[in-house]
Amino acid sequence: MGSNMAEAHPVGFQWVMEAKERGAPVFHIDPRFTRTSAHADLHVPLRAGTDIAFLGGVVNHILSNELDFREYVVAYTNASFLLREDYRDTEDLDGLFSGYDPETGAYDPASWQYESVEEKHAGRDADSAAKEQSSSYQHGSGGPRVEGGSDRIAADPTLRHPRCVYQVLKRHFSRYTPEMVARVCGVSEEVFRAVCDAWTANSGREHTAALVYSVGWTQHTTGSQCIRAGAIVQLLLGNIGRPGGGVFALRGHASIQGSTDIPTLFNLLPGYLPMPTPEHTDLSSYVDSIRADHQKGFWRAADTYAVSLLKEFWGDRATADNDYCFDYLPRITGDHGTYRTVMDMVDGKVFGYFLLGQNPAVGSAHGRLQRLGMANLDWLVVRDLTMIESATFWRDSPEVETGEIAPERCRTEVFFFPAASHVEKEGTFTQTQRMLQWREKAVEPRDDQRSELWFFYHLGRRLRERLAGSTDERDRPLLDLWWDYAVVDDEPQAADVLRRVNGVDLTADRAVGGYTELKADGTTAAGCWIYSGVYADEVNQAARRKPGREQNLYATEWGWAWPMNRRVLYNRASADPEGRPWSERKALVWWDAEHGRWVGHDVPDFERDKPPDYVPEEGSVGVEALRGDDPFIMQADGKGWLFAPSGLQDGPLPTHYEPHESPVRNPLYGQQGNPTRKVYGRPDNPSNPAPPEPHGEVFPFVLTTSRLTEHHTAGGMSRTLPHLAELQPELFVEVSPRLARERGLEHLGWAHLVTSRAVVEARVVVTDRIPPLRVEDRVVHQVWLPYHWGTTGLVRGDSANDLFGVVVDPNVFIQETKVATCDVRPGRRPRGPALLDFLAGYRRRAGITADTGTHVLTAGPGAEGPAHTEEES
Amino acid sequence: MTEHSLYGPLDDVAGEAGYDDHPPRMGFFTDTSVCIGCKACEVACKEWNGVPADDFDLLGMSFDNTGHLGANAWRHVAFVEQRAQDLGMPSFDRPGDGSGPESRTDFRWLMSSDVCKHCTHAGCLDVCPTGALFRTEFGTVVVQQDICNGCGYCVSGCPYGVIERREGDGRAQKCTLCYDRLRAGEEPACAKACPTDSIQFGEVDELRDRAAARVAALHERGEVGARLYGADPDDGVGGTGAFFLLMDEPEVYGLPPDPVVPTRDLPAMWKRAGLAAVAFAAAAAVAFAGGR
Repeated sequence: MGSNMAEAHPVGFQWVMEAKERGAPVFHIDPRFTRTSAHADLHVPLRAGTDIAFLGGVVNHILSNELDFREYVVAYTNASFLLREDYRDTEDLDGLFSGYDPETGAYDPASWQYESVEEKHAGRDADSAAKEQSSSYQHGSGGPRVEGGSDRIAADPTLRHPRCVYQVLKRHFSRYTPEMVARVCGVSEEVFRAVCDAWTANSGREHTAALVYSVGWTQHTTGSQCIRAGAIVQLLLGNIGRPGGGVFALRGHASIQGSTDIPTLFNLLPGYLPMPTPEHTDLSSYVDSIRADHQKGFWRAADTYAVSLLKEFWGDRATADNDYCFDYLPRITGDHGTYRTVMDMVDGKVFGYFLLGQNPAVGSAHGRLQRLGMANLDWLVVRDLTMIESATFWRDSPEVETGEIAPERCRTEVFFFPAASHVEKEGTFTQTQRMLQWREKAVEPRDDQRSELWFFYHLGRRLRERLAGSTDERDRPLLDLWWDYAVVDDEPQAADVLRRVNGVDLTADRAVGGYTELKADGTTAAGCWIYSGVYADEVNQAARRKPGREQNLYATEWGWAWPMNRRVLYNRASADPEGRPWSERKALVWWDAEHGRWVGHDVPDFERDKPPDYVPEEGSVGVEALRGDDPFIMQADGKGWLFAPSGLQDGPLPTHYEPHESPVRNPLYGQQGNPTRKVYGRPDNPSNPAPPEPHGEVFPFVLTTSRLTEHHTAGGMSRTLPHLAELQPELFVEVSPRLARERGLEHLGWAHLVTSRAVVEARVVVTDRIPPLRVEDRVVHQVWLPYHWGTTGLVRGDSANDLFGVVVDPNVFIQETKVATCDVRPGRRPRGPALLDFLAGYRRRAGITADTGTHVLTAGPGAEGPAHTEEES
Repeated sequence: MTEHSLYGPLDDVAGEAGYDDHPPRMGFFTDTSVCIGCKACEVACKEWNGVPADDFDLLGMSFDNTGHLGANAWRHVAFVEQRAQDLGMPSFDRPGDGSGPESRTDFRWLMSSDVCKHCTHAGCLDVCPTGALFRTEFGTVVVQQDICNGCGYCVSGCPYGVIERREGDGRAQKCTLCYDRLRAGEEPACAKACPTDSIQFGEVDELRDRAAARVAALHERGEVGARLYGADPDDGVGGTGAFFLLMDEPEVYGLPPDPVVPTRDLPAMWKRAGLAAVAFAAAAAVAFAGGR
């Protein structure tokens, strides 16, 4: 679902093809019929942005028919835990949960906690700044803290108590009936039931089903909850931690997983440690904010991860006396995400910008805003393989055509640095399975092309030289850095960096074997605790290439996967509470009573010698508090969460909200859209009106975008190469034959698409692969176009991302670029300044102001919440 | 003709061409049932063989912007969009014409990577007057660029329309089955790049067995449209070294249903021409004799 795996991840798709050959039925649930659908047993087209309604229907089907894997659910999930009496569900509040504040557009999650969790602990995450800081993403791999997770939690193992998670879940999804799925998603009841039957029939003791998603799920204002919905289905069916099960996130680039593990995100430090905030006055207050006093799991040891990271940053300078230089870390005070930063650029608050392998002028939502922001900087550094649009916007962007950017007056000084490509440098890729794979340098980079490592190492070195002797306090963090990586012929050695990422025992100058060896006393340093073990025994484990045919199915000697080379996360759940495989067919790890240890085909994701019947002593915390049947060892209560008592900004359970821009009123609740989405209401970021606002008919069609196999994201690596450019030479828009007739569009003729932000022209491709859908009592047309084109390269065209505005999920700040509304007209678009008048005309006809789309609260009788415009938020 | 067979099954293609000691016949089995249309084969082929890019034209033929095999496309991935009612024969409507939210039923999207067939009896080779086209020790058919004079006989000699002269250069171009890679013990670039093993490279005999088993397995699964194309030594070109598993009629993919090497009838034609000559000579003789 939400994935075009065959086209966007063709190399990984070979394994789907192999599974299919072995008899696995493949279902593809996606708005378009793609190259993935071509190989599915069944393609289920649905309206873009309605995945949660569909999945909610699946949950309802499972619970109404008691098709859940009951033993698994009772033992391994929080289904039996009781919730507080003051919890109110969307069933009670017309689509809202308890704790909503219309003024801030945010929740106080205190009432979502387990009943037995003490009041004083609950809601510590609930400060008003939480939404601004994208706090739930900070929880990263560890899940959010639950104070009291290690204590006995009030539960009803019979699952009958009206306040137990199971019953709350059942009630929450009770209105997601097949009829409702048909009304919301445009999927017939018959087809929907076929999916439910196949999914449940292929789950249980003897069978498992895998769920694959990509950015078709994430790039929504409900992106995080979409994944939660998938996880709930998989937990109910016992498909987590078991062979052939799982929820697979396919990620976009070669090492995009690596770029969150060792993050390029403003709110994270390596290994999903959160960035500190001004409230964290010292190291201990920071560490305490990550872990609760009474919780289970490996996040209890967050102090060892944090201190080791600080030691890696500042080496000998970091001592117990100076709190390991904790004060050197910058503090975040709010939203500093990429979109906020671009708006700050427009507003003149940002002066310089680095772009590394990123082309926001084409690849980010609201391209016009991106380009106007970059045109208002003092300096811009672009490191890329070719001269991309983000380096040339000042002379050839659409805004030059409209007169909004004048090349001779654009103040931004652009520095372009040619980058070495992946074959011209060594290092690791971390792919979607969390596996690090070492790649060698095949050829020397030409001319001035250099690796990222070279660039940053020498940038740091030169900055430090320039500042040498400075007595200014603010220069200390830079001057005190432990900046002595091995360098050969000017090139920093990636293997040495990887060793330092792995972690080093400073007392013996020895690479540590894993994160359990890290210490909080300053005797170890580690650049990313979850990567500890990748350099165990002083060996680059990521460079292992023992062929799969010489190993078992899990091929644990091919590359290295974090954590601790485990290939299936939470694989303790592949065995029953007594430690026996649920079935022989699906055996993965199990308890070997004779030798007193966990064994199996994969590296057990559990303490090796903790027996299945282990019950911790009263009052233990952290790892010791994990029972022998707590498979979810990173969770604060050791269980898989059907219900998320903390950690999410927009509710403990997934709920269908309409996209920010939608042609229909939410059929499920009075609450139309996600009530906590961030709307950035400002005149240069207009929204198309959506019900209950009037004039939605000006933009009657659903717009969605994605990639083609033939091009790479924003096109810098493909539009410049003739052998790729010729395969998909031009921007095109796919429309159904019926829409083509309605709008007078000719196959291979021109059309232009209009939103309140932009107008984009494309060649028309009429195809049955993008079918119109019946939603409620009307026909909804969807149109799709790829987003790879721009103003440079061998093949050029308008950028589809210009059509989108900036509205984001409140948890992780991902933009909603998988769905918006638009108009489609035949012929080419207006050019030059006439284009601005054309757009203004559309905005006038739709009555669009900065307020449009920002009244995020619509629940309750006649309710219209306050506008969340820039001045107010 | 026994010394130089022009038609019919042939056990030892390379031996027939004069190789005494030679490796087994190598070829492709392209299983289109697992092709995902990624076009990695097209790109890998061009990269390895230095084939230039063609025009940057949007063709509107589904996702196919290559169009057909030719001088600058030695691999070509076809994309065929089919509605249920079209299955079996190509549609003359626009793809999906006439469908709405209720009427859309079964829909199929076929993908297939086409390539030079490396025929047992290769029309291009048989008509080449310069010897530029030759049979390799692997039983494949290759153009020697330094010998080709661009006469173009081979273009009309190919029953599949594979070989073509390159514009501006004039010499004939087509797949070499990566002759250089084969001699180095490597598999062809397209097969190497194929992520789903749709393109399988190997000994033709072994590939034919594999293909037959694959068709049987698909039939068992209910894929009754699955069939082999080019695997039959009794067909019009004596079977091909590069053959295909198709999910529908060959015409659906733009392939000729019954290709015949144009030199098939050469012996008969010469025989008839000889007969005619003899008859003419006899008639002339009679005429002269009669005139006396």
